[in-house]
Amino acid sequence: MKNILVKNCVVVIMFLVLTESCTKDLDLSPTNDVTEETVYATAAGYKEVLGKVYGSFALTGNIGPANPVNQGGDIQGIDEGFSDFYRLFWKAQELSTDEAVISWGDVGIQDFHNMNWTSNNSFLTGLYYRCLYQITLCNEFIRQCGDDKLGSRGISGADADNIHQYAREARFLRAFQYWVLMDLYGNPPFVTEASAIGAAPPPQATRGEIFNYVESELVAIEPDMPAPRANEYGRADRAAVWALLARTYLNAEVYTGTAKFGEAITYASKVIESGYSLISNYTWLMRADNNLNTDEFIFTINYDGLHTQGYGGTTFLTHACVGGSMPASTFGVGGGWSGTRATKNLPNLFPDITGTADKRSQFYTSGQNLEINNLTAFTDGVAVTKYRNVRRDSIVVNGVKVPAPGSSQDFSDVDMPLFRLAEMYLIYAEAVKRGGAGGDEATALGYINLLRTRAYTNASGNINAGQFTLDFILDERGRELYWEGFRRTDLIRYNKFVEGTYLWPWKGGVSSGTGVADFRKLYPIPSRDVNANTNLDQNTGY
Amino acid sequence: MSFKTLRKEFVLCTVLLLSLVTYSQDKVITGKVMDSKDGSGLPGVNVTAKGTTTGTQTGPGGTYQISVSPSVTVLVFSSVGYTTYEVKISGKTSVDISMAQSTGSLTEVVVIGYGTRRKKDLTGAVTSITAKDFNKGTITTPEQLIAGKVAGVQVTSNGGAPGSGSTIRIRGGASLNASNSPLIVIDGVPVDNGNISGAANPLALINPNDIESFNILKDASATAIYGSRASNGVIIVTTKKGKTGKMRFNFSTQYSMSVLPKKAEILSGDQIRDIVQADYIARGSNDSTYLRLLGSDNTDWQEEIYDNASTTDNNLSMSGALKNMPYRVSLGYLSQDGILRTGNLKRTSAAINIAPRFFDDHLKIDLNLKGSISKFRFAAEGAIGSAVRFDPTKPVYSSSKRFGSFFEWQDPSSTTGLRDLAPLNPVGLLEQRTDKSDVKRSIGNIQFDYKLHFFPDLRANLNLGYDVAQGEGTIYVPDSAASAYKRSPDALHGGIDNSYLQKKSNGILEFYLNYAKEIKSISSSIDAIAGYSYQDFSTTNYNGELDPNGVLTDAQGNKWRPYTDYATDGYLITSPTFRYDKPQNRLISYFGRVNYTYKGKFLLTGTIRKDGSSRFSEENRWGWFPSGAFAWRIGEEEFMNDARVVSDLKLRIGYGVTGQQDGIGNYDYIPRYSQANGQAQYQFGDTYFTLFRPEGYNPNLKWEQTATTNIGIDYGFLDGRITGSVDFYIKKTSDLLSVVDQPAGTNFSNKILANIGDMENRGVEFTVNAQPVRNNEFTWDFGFNITYNKNEITKLTFTNDPSFPGNLVGGIAGGVGSTIQIHSVGYPKSSFYVYQQIYDKDGKPIEDLFEDRNRDGQINVDDLYRYKAPDPDVYLGSYSNFTWKKWTAGFSVRANFGNYLYNNRFSNTGTLRNILDPLNFLANGSTNYLETNFSGNGDRYLLSDYYIENASFLRMDYINIGYNAGALVGKNTNLRIGANVQNVFTVTEYKGVDPEVFGGIDNNFYPRPTIYAINVSLDF
Repeated sequence: MKNILVKNCVVVIMFLVLTESCTKDLDLSPTNDVTEETVYATAAGYKEVLGKVYGSFALTGNIGPANPVNQGGDIQGIDEGFSDFYRLFWKAQELSTDEAVISWGDVGIQDFHNMNWTSNNSFLTGLYYRCLYQITLCNEFIRQCGDDKLGSRGISGADADNIHQYAREARFLRAFQYWVLMDLYGNPPFVTEASAIGAAPPPQATRGEIFNYVESELVAIEPDMPAPRANEYGRADRAAVWALLARTYLNAEVYTGTAKFGEAITYASKVIESGYSLISNYTWLMRADNNLNTDEFIFTINYDGLHTQGYGGTTFLTHACVGGSMPASTFGVGGGWSGTRATKNLPNLFPDITGTADKRSQFYTSGQNLEINNLTAFTDGVAVTKYRNVRRDSIVVNGVKVPAPGSSQDFSDVDMPLFRLAEMYLIYAEAVKRGGAGGDEATALGYINLLRTRAYTNASGNINAGQFTLDFILDERGRELYWEGFRRTDLIRYNKFVEGTYLWPWKGGVSSGTGVADFRKLYPIPSRDVNANTNLDQNTGY
Repeated sequence: MSFKTLRKEFVLCTVLLLSLVTYSQDKVITGKVMDSKDGSGLPGVNVTAKGTTTGTQTGPGGTYQISVSPSVTVLVFSSVGYTTYEVKISGKTSVDISMAQSTGSLTEVVVIGYGTRRKKDLTGAVTSITAKDFNKGTITTPEQLIAGKVAGVQVTSNGGAPGSGSTIRIRGGASLNASNSPLIVIDGVPVDNGNISGAANPLALINPNDIESFNILKDASATAIYGSRASNGVIIVTTKKGKTGKMRFNFSTQYSMSVLPKKAEILSGDQIRDIVQADYIARGSNDSTYLRLLGSDNTDWQEEIYDNASTTDNNLSMSGALKNMPYRVSLGYLSQDGILRTGNLKRTSAAINIAPRFFDDHLKIDLNLKGSISKFRFAAEGAIGSAVRFDPTKPVYSSSKRFGSFFEWQDPSSTTGLRDLAPLNPVGLLEQRTDKSDVKRSIGNIQFDYKLHFFPDLRANLNLGYDVAQGEGTIYVPDSAASAYKRSPDALHGGIDNSYLQKKSNGILEFYLNYAKEIKSISSSIDAIAGYSYQDFSTTNYNGELDPNGVLTDAQGNKWRPYTDYATDGYLITSPTFRYDKPQNRLISYFGRVNYTYKGKFLLTGTIRKDGSSRFSEENRWGWFPSGAFAWRIGEEEFMNDARVVSDLKLRIGYGVTGQQDGIGNYDYIPRYSQANGQAQYQFGDTYFTLFRPEGYNPNLKWEQTATTNIGIDYGFLDGRITGSVDFYIKKTSDLLSVVDQPAGTNFSNKILANIGDMENRGVEFTVNAQPVRNNEFTWDFGFNITYNKNEITKLTFTNDPSFPGNLVGGIAGGVGSTIQIHSVGYPKSSFYVYQQIYDKDGKPIEDLFEDRNRDGQINVDDLYRYKAPDPDVYLGSYSNFTWKKWTAGFSVRANFGNYLYNNRFSNTGTLRNILDPLNFLANGSTNYLETNFSGNGDRYLLSDYYIENASFLRMDYINIGYNAGALVGKNTNLRIGANVQNVFTVTEYKGVDPEVFGGIDNNFYPRPTIYAINVSLDF
């Protein structure tokens, strides 16, 4: 009997012991993911996160080129393939204008050219979240670079100095993304390093407030940024800060109602005077080896066919423009995506479509119709050959000399300049024409003719002071900077974006073109965020 | 003298006394008792001589021998679950009888969580289906045994591939983003329902022939004992056990032939030629691009990829008892070919059950071990879509040896030589891919049930269980195959030579105390349990193995060789970051239940469970899940005594709260960084840096809770010949785990799984089982169940903003990133979100003309509307089984009403743009093109409500016939033969191949075959 009693007691005690001892077992942590303390334990770790802060421009997630199975993209709710920054930015800036149309049927993509986008447009939503994602990354990184954190991690000396520099670059990237939000969406939510993760919904800032913030941030970091061209390739320097200031000031009147053309001249000049020069051949700008263009490029997004893979950025630019009878291998891609073309307004800016005179006129016309009867037919509209995933040099294949291909047929090596010298010349010229202080017409005309001399390979295309008008500059921007993500901003500044005074095929969804409501100068705040964040008011008209 | 000794002597005396009595009788009667349904011998039937105490039981084969006094004229045969028969001896020495099952017997014992209850004592909505009621046919995966049998339970097979699984939904599913699958408990081990690498379906690894019963717990009062995993119902699977008696064998074999029931309706080669010619003329006869692409063949690509397929299924079982230890051992071997050529499953399974008793039955041990080895070869299912799109004017083989001699679309200017984005040769896809796996799984447990010696009202139960699995496989595609031609980024290496390995190891420890006492003085009985459970789920996904010659180095400095991703020449195309990953989660629980019965008429049940999950932060880790239920056996009341027609009537009312956490990531609440792979690096200077990304996280994640109210009536008429039940339920899920938009700028992901939103399921279930005809020669058993379920999302966002359209879901083929469904407040989940098509006077849809629903003069996303949903409003199942002498026959039908499908094959291929592809190739299209003549230009036609079709259907799941040949091959044997047809026919207006596609989007679904089978079963 005693035995049985003991046996029963053991059972009960075992029960109680089990009950108490195991609750700690519920603390489990992942095998391979790491905590912030591990990541930021060393200066090398900081640089790897800085890589992500920059890499968020080029990449869509942690698994290149995309990870559709686990939905591991940075941005959720949009196909990862087109959730990168530049592809979305490009669509918003180019498809809505005379420079580009696209043949695809993805829901909402035709709304850009038809100018009837809504607050549910998934491309506009994706771009908005991408911009704010990079801002959130910057905020967190800047927090981690604080002296308090460095001190507690025992990082000091040169390492700490480097990390402080990383933080300034993160502030530059954040300012750039706020510029994008200000330009496209006007009144975004406002978060800084003072906004904690998981905190209450952030307040909305007006376009004017964002302008002041961008300006103040850039001015604040400028003195301590590395000198122009002194930083590593791919990282921002002082010239990048000046270039963004120049661009922001050029459009200040649109953003705030107050013109700042003098300031635009000041900062464009600083860049121009810091040792940059145009590369010799315009057609080398957007090539697989354009990392060689450091004389002209001020700040780039870096892509690589083997190491930095995605379906956006220049992979999109080099693939989507190939279709019809275009031989894919000539463009350094495995196959074209038959998407993007130009309306006739773009080739009409040039003296001839073949590029005989102005070498910037890079079009493919065989089998392509100049007129667009059908937006979704690739052969309607001329194809643009500006972007090619091939190198400057040639190789011999089967006895024939062909351009050397990039490192991959599927993913582009072409880096995307966010700022290059030519834009600074054009900013200077336009700001002078618009009455900005501190510049002069002769210098401005000289800058324009530098661009035209390169384009014509000689002085035959140069213009004189009489031809040098404000409208000429817009056209020249079209010729020099087409398909580089400027057109919408430019047309708005020239009051030609929504107005009926300047038309292009299918503007506003009408084949001959029509004006649309004024409110479309701003894109809507995506309805998803208006819902999630009660502080946000939708832009007028949407 | 101890109590134990006393008992022993009493038993001894009784036995002696009985044998003495027996000896003095002089008439011996032998015979066999069979199940009227299939003629199998029924063991354990009580055989008594009427008017005496003389009795015996039938042995394992159903045979018996009884000695009775000459005065006895009638034998009484009775068994739980069967109608009691009285048979006149009439001077015979051999009396054989077939016993029919009594429908819905009240004394039937039902397995509930942590114990059993008699059916009449249940207070919750529980349905028990035992082997006798299982579906017949070529059933290779357990859940198909009960498809259509249970009100409120939907089993939708995921296609016709060998071993492919099913989606099980009980009462509509309680969640949006967490799992909607019920918890499945096999012999006390809650199994991992997640996928195992290399297996089509984790349940397919269990041999259906080993299963004795399914007990389906539907309402919260029944499921709450499983707490946090019970919101979607619980299915308790019990396998067959050994039975006392001498060793008996059963061998059964089935051969079946699977046949494609219906091909997708696509255009013929001649029709394509007509379309291309007409287009040429329509465009002014000057652009011959497409004319030149035409071929002269009439290839039926579906004919090329499908073939009749055979299946053999052999099972051998042995059961008996060694002294006081019943045992059962079974072996099974299944070989199943898929109708999509090259697919095959070979499964070898074994199960062992032993159940020894010790200390005068005070200690019962129950040991269950199940194991299977499955060898799959997966057919390349991409061939299904390719076969309906590949140009029928082209031949299967080309004269060129390139691409393995298969005809492919070529483009001399492309690097690979292949036309980019053109469909690939379906036969090439099938034959050039060797995708094999080898999956081992074992589930087992040992349960100690100990009735305390000094306090026999108290029982202690300890259950130790495991569920381990290993899946490994290889994928090989030669470098000549178009699908992997020169696939490396530099286009120098092709083919696939990959392997993978995954191991799962789940363990469970459960302990409970059970106290049961009848207190006669107050006409009450109490049955209570209190217990503890610890469960660990661990998976290891290997990306490579240690190898001194490996090219990668792990964090510990060891060299390793990745499993993927290689070209056939050994070139490593992409490399994984880590050698392995080991996601893990744990659950710790405390539970208790009290059943109280008063006067056998009033039943009360209360349960409570407290669950802790490693998936939540310490603040939210624990959840309480209570339930209560009341039942009133009205049939036992005196005022019902006059109502002779009514044999049973019970009212049940229950309420409970259950939880859900399956489907949440293991570590979603922890801030963490993850490392990017080698293809997602970033360049600074000349160096490519490996990146660390902060992951989105939600520290506030917590349990999803579903409150269920259930009111039910169980009824029985005419002495149990008609039984059934009616249940009304409301399931309200709150703190719905929903992937919601984060305010931009506040987290590292713009969508985070958070506890936001509410959803409701309301429904009615009705079941009737009856024996309309019952006599000595002929019985007819009939069953019918019908369910109405309505699902509605009632909240989705932090702020209830009526302008918020909802969360888009349901990706479709067509435009990249296009979706067709939406979760919206006020509508059923996954409602279709479409444009309203406008038709011409002949009822033909006018391309790109849609209703401007908001009257703003333009058609855009603001004109999308919610139209129908994929889940049926009403579904029903019915079966009939007939027995006539030694013949049996039966059939089962199932129907769904109000379920809609998006016909993605029509929308994606039924356009001219699809046939004359702008990328310079021809593709086949759906015959739907001939009805719409859609050009396919623009982006909106894909989202037309024209493609949302009513997919209501009635399907005959099976029809079978059997004959019991009896002792044909020797004494003490029994031989049965049978034949059946499965998936006999489907009545539907749906225009696609099969109306039953879970999720609502039909795009190149692996067709369910029609299966003809013959089978033989021998007991010996």
